[in-house]
Amino acid sequence: MAFESLSPQLTELPGAVPAWRADASAAELPDICQVVKDQGGRLAALWGTDEQDRGEGYALNLVLAKPEGILWLKSALPVDRLQYPDLSPIFYPAQRMQRAARDLLGIDAEAADRRPWLRHAAWQETDRPLRREAAGATVYDQGGNDYAFVSVIGDGVHEIPVGPVHAGTIEPGHFRFSIVGEKVLRLEEHLGYTHKGVDKRFQGMALAEGAKLAGRVSGDSTVAYAWAFSMAAESIAGVTPPERALWLRALMLERERVANHLGDLGYLGNDGGLAFGLAQFMRLKEDVLRLNEKLFGHRYLMDRIVPGGVACDLARGGIEAIVAECGALEREVRLLKDIYDDHPGLQDRFLTCGRLTPNTASKLGVIGLAGRASSQAWDARAQAAPAPYDVLGVRMKTHKNGDVAARVIMRFDEIFESLRLIRAVTERIAPGEIALPLASAPAGRMGLGWIEGWRGESMVALDLDANGSIRSCHAHDPSWQNWPALAFAVNGNIVPDFPLINKSFNLSYSGCDL
Amino acid sequence: MYQLLKQIVSVGIKTEAPPQTDEALRVVSQRLKQEILGMFAGSLAIRHVDAGSCNGCELEIHMLNNPYYNIEGLGIKFVASPRHADLLLVTGPVSRNMEEALKRTYDAVPEPKLVVAVGDCGCSGGIFGESYASCGRIANVIAVDVAVPGCPPTPTALMQGILTAISAAGRNHA
Repeated sequence: MAFESLSPQLTELPGAVPAWRADASAAELPDICQVVKDQGGRLAALWGTDEQDRGEGYALNLVLAKPEGILWLKSALPVDRLQYPDLSPIFYPAQRMQRAARDLLGIDAEAADRRPWLRHAAWQETDRPLRREAAGATVYDQGGNDYAFVSVIGDGVHEIPVGPVHAGTIEPGHFRFSIVGEKVLRLEEHLGYTHKGVDKRFQGMALAEGAKLAGRVSGDSTVAYAWAFSMAAESIAGVTPPERALWLRALMLERERVANHLGDLGYLGNDGGLAFGLAQFMRLKEDVLRLNEKLFGHRYLMDRIVPGGVACDLARGGIEAIVAECGALEREVRLLKDIYDDHPGLQDRFLTCGRLTPNTASKLGVIGLAGRASSQAWDARAQAAPAPYDVLGVRMKTHKNGDVAARVIMRFDEIFESLRLIRAVTERIAPGEIALPLASAPAGRMGLGWIEGWRGESMVALDLDANGSIRSCHAHDPSWQNWPALAFAVNGNIVPDFPLINKSFNLSYSGCDL
Repeated sequence: MYQLLKQIVSVGIKTEAPPQTDEALRVVSQRLKQEILGMFAGSLAIRHVDAGSCNGCELEIHMLNNPYYNIEGLGIKFVASPRHADLLLVTGPVSRNMEEALKRTYDAVPEPKLVVAVGDCGCSGGIFGESYASCGRIANVIAVDVAVPGCPPTPTALMQGILTAISAAGRNHA
């Protein structure tokens, strides 16, 4: 058992991934976190919940991850004691998550940084929009929006403010560059612009609707989130989806990965000055999307994974079409990889640009694709390996250079691995049921979903009420961990390289603004 | 270089015919005069604003520029500043944290200007609706000419919406 050395009483959560639940007092948290960290573990997620409907005040929720599994810790915070120890000295990514929990719920890590994170001007410091007594439809009096950026002072230092509306077709966020000449001394990110109140929105939803909302936490990872949500619901209901449904889920998740990596490789070529790459890779991506539409009825496979299984079966001839596509993609992507590899101008932009060393990546707790490009060997498909990945055996790759070039190579590697996995699925998939009904689950049960999407791990923590509708639900995006790393990777680079470095991470705003 | 040129030649031209306009997408009748629309028809500058979307709509907006849809081949291009734009392509719902930025962006677009609201969330607030954090549909914050539903709308639907916005057919002659 991954967490057996810890003092709290552990309860194993049934389901597709090795996961446990435990309660711990706020005072115990730093010690527990330190032990997990010393054992090679890390913080996967942190958020707050309102437990007043159960007469228990509020709670701080932590999910800690080790390669062997995950632990969901809940720490009760009575209404007259909303403080808990700052965990960011142990786990760096806790900083912003703690600030977000404070903005939404008023629970406070008493960290040195008192600035809000998700709260801009839409509500005021005294408002707690995620509390149960706060109606979701409440429109609060606007507060001020003068975020205190850290200023860098010195000879010739000046600032470039960028956003929230950016120059390209991307999501909104604010970047504050402190620069001297063209060199970036410091990048400070101010996000939260796409905060849509997702945690509040989940409350009271039926499972089917919740799965749809989870699929829109970050649209580019809709398959990953729908799977994570379904996994959590299935854990609560004690249902294992039919084998065919699991194969189809893996097929969809790998297709999502391939489509996103193709798009990113196109844009990385384009940002490096090779527009040819954009045209070629976007053509290939379009081909993948069109086959999705033809076989599954949706270009991005939204709402195709549902609690209990999948919503649609593969049409006749689908397997043959997918196998043929794998062959064509493999051939074309290899050819384009050769062109990228042999292009001096492109490699000049990629190599040593936006370097995140393995040491820094480890300290920051960086995960997912960006983490693997800096030697952080985390992949929930290879480690927690929910079915059918336990059978497929994902071959995780890592690189140690941590520059744009490494993140480009990771994408090529992962496309080829995904094509291998897709082929393996087509060889093993057999006819059968594609969904099972979820019987009503006993009240008070909680479930976790955990799956490696194309960007990194998507997590959903779900808690149902007595009627089987959602009491609380929290979705966690790997971008929480990786956004701070972007600021480190940019340091010392020139401003014109920022778009390229940013694209090489390609993090989600919506996914962590929630 | 040889491989690169060979690839361009062997792939060939993939661009497909653009879709017809669809008057059903119109929210208000065409406000702009024929002469202005005539100019837009050959050269339209679009500024995209994500006012709080889940980024699904952005994926399809990106696809407008792929070789199949090749929207730039119709003289329609995406620009980096609202001050250079004729049309705002806005995805939503409008988060309250983006409300002011959206209004300012709209104000920065010179007249005559058009607005196309994108996606189910942009049209109605979608699954996020209206809440403490979301203003709901785009039309709740700025004036909208054409609304394109879909989750996300396909590139073809987006092109239809954009072409409808600059079509004279919806002019109210009364």
